[in-house]
Amino acid sequence: MVSVVSAIVGVFTVLRSQSFAGHALTDVAMAGGAGASLAAVAPLVGFLGGGILGAGAMDAIGVQRVKDRDIATGVVLGAATGLAALFLYLAASSSGATGSTQLVLFGSVFTVESSTLPYVAVLSALVLLVMYLIRRPLLFSSLSTELAAARGVRLRLVGSAFMVMLAVAVGLSSIVIGSILSTALLIGPAASALKASRSIARATWLAVLLGVAATWLGITFAYDSFYWFPSRRGLPVSFFVVMVVVVEFIVLTIAGGLRARRTTPSSAAWRAVGGA
Amino acid sequence: MTNETSSTIENALLDVVGVDVSIAGRVILHDVNFSINGGEFTGLIGSNGAGKTTLLRVILGLQAISQGTVTMHGHEITSTNRSIGYVPQKVLFDPDMPVRVRDFVAMGVDGHRYGIARRSRATNDTVEEMLSAVEADTLANRRVGALSGGEQQRVLMAHALVSRPDLLLLDEPLANLDPRSAYEIVRLLHTIATRQHVAILLSAHDMNPLLPVMDRVVYVANAKVASGTTEQVVRTEVLSALYGHHVDVVQVHGRILVVGGDDDEVDTRFVSDHPPLVVE
Repeated sequence: MVSVVSAIVGVFTVLRSQSFAGHALTDVAMAGGAGASLAAVAPLVGFLGGGILGAGAMDAIGVQRVKDRDIATGVVLGAATGLAALFLYLAASSSGATGSTQLVLFGSVFTVESSTLPYVAVLSALVLLVMYLIRRPLLFSSLSTELAAARGVRLRLVGSAFMVMLAVAVGLSSIVIGSILSTALLIGPAASALKASRSIARATWLAVLLGVAATWLGITFAYDSFYWFPSRRGLPVSFFVVMVVVVEFIVLTIAGGLRARRTTPSSAAWRAVGGA
Repeated sequence: MTNETSSTIENALLDVVGVDVSIAGRVILHDVNFSINGGEFTGLIGSNGAGKTTLLRVILGLQAISQGTVTMHGHEITSTNRSIGYVPQKVLFDPDMPVRVRDFVAMGVDGHRYGIARRSRATNDTVEEMLSAVEADTLANRRVGALSGGEQQRVLMAHALVSRPDLLLLDEPLANLDPRSAYEIVRLLHTIATRQHVAILLSAHDMNPLLPVMDRVVYVANAKVASGTTEQVVRTEVLSALYGHHVDVVQVHGRILVVGGDDDEVDTRFVSDHPPLVVE
């Protein structure tokens, strides 16, 4: 369910050119998770709380305006990374927080407490519902803020709602794959799907497929890796999930490039003139 | 100040009265007065930076005014109005954006809507109708980012028309088009205005492509406006008062040129201090 949420939110994150903001929120979630670990609070609370606070801060500074976006994201990212370093240091120094650093940064689906699962399910369903309700104005404003505003789309409301959903999606995936690597699950499947699809609907379905495949293949490889080495030490789930995401991206990028060369003008020329 | 009769105002589709706009302390528009009736083709003419886009944004409800009123069908415009369609000056679409032309045009109907309802068949039919009206049927399944400039203009027009507006605003649609393409767009717009009884307000810095189809002109210069027919507005004495210095209006081979004249006495009085220039 987490990979489904990440894929759907990720599609719009890429469409809105907010991948950097998405990455920054993973680091903000890291600060929240580290703070939760220090306070002996459930990690999900920390990941979500940090992410939502970070999204609010970025929104307030100006992440929705293109020219202010990098500034807003960078400021929040810098502050969050500093806080994360502090909290992780204090947590590592604390006798009761063994292994918390590894869990916060890289997560582990095998160690998610069963008591967390109902919250994950409810939050995932909530994100999916909100995204479905705002999908049209969100897509419209992603295409052209000027046209969307002229047609009555409330840009600030839609943008803020999306930032909160992004923060929740990041928080949920941080539990499974860790805050550092949740960017891969957020952006990878979405970017791959958008390259390979001719419509947003198809891109969304493909992103979900890629995200779920990456997660389950990652779990399978991690489980199986226990038998790969004489030492009987398995490799992290997070590692395999990210590797599958990368392979998916490479394959679909090559396939998309081959198709584009056959049918459409190069998009590199467009980017060269500074299109947003 | 306006000479429009009360019956003209009552019948006006769009009525702009005494509008002032300032941005960051700078006066962009002062005492703007003009009206547009249903089905009229109006050229909003002025040089770059004259305030044409600002005026369009005022009509759209996207730009606050410091004074005056803007009414549509007699109701004051204070926010976006769905009976107004809009074609902006430029929209940069990512060539990789997987959005088809037909889906983008349909956003003109339901792109602002929240909720779970799916797109209706009636909307799809209207999309097909509007793509046909702008002669862009063959573009329906192409990516919006893969269109040429002229193709994109047509698609943006279809997007603006799909909600069946009473008034269509176009911001410099002829800029960066070759003369033949500009002629084609103007011809198309005139056909649409006639068949669908849509009033058109089209901004341009060169009025000549519009001369064959324009019912009236709204000329913007020096933060002021003069409106009326081409013959009434595009005259040396009217434009000289508007610019605040002498300009000559010259006709060469059927084309109108406005050229700077000798700088005699610079007249900085606002239009409203002169006999009214809004002549109907």
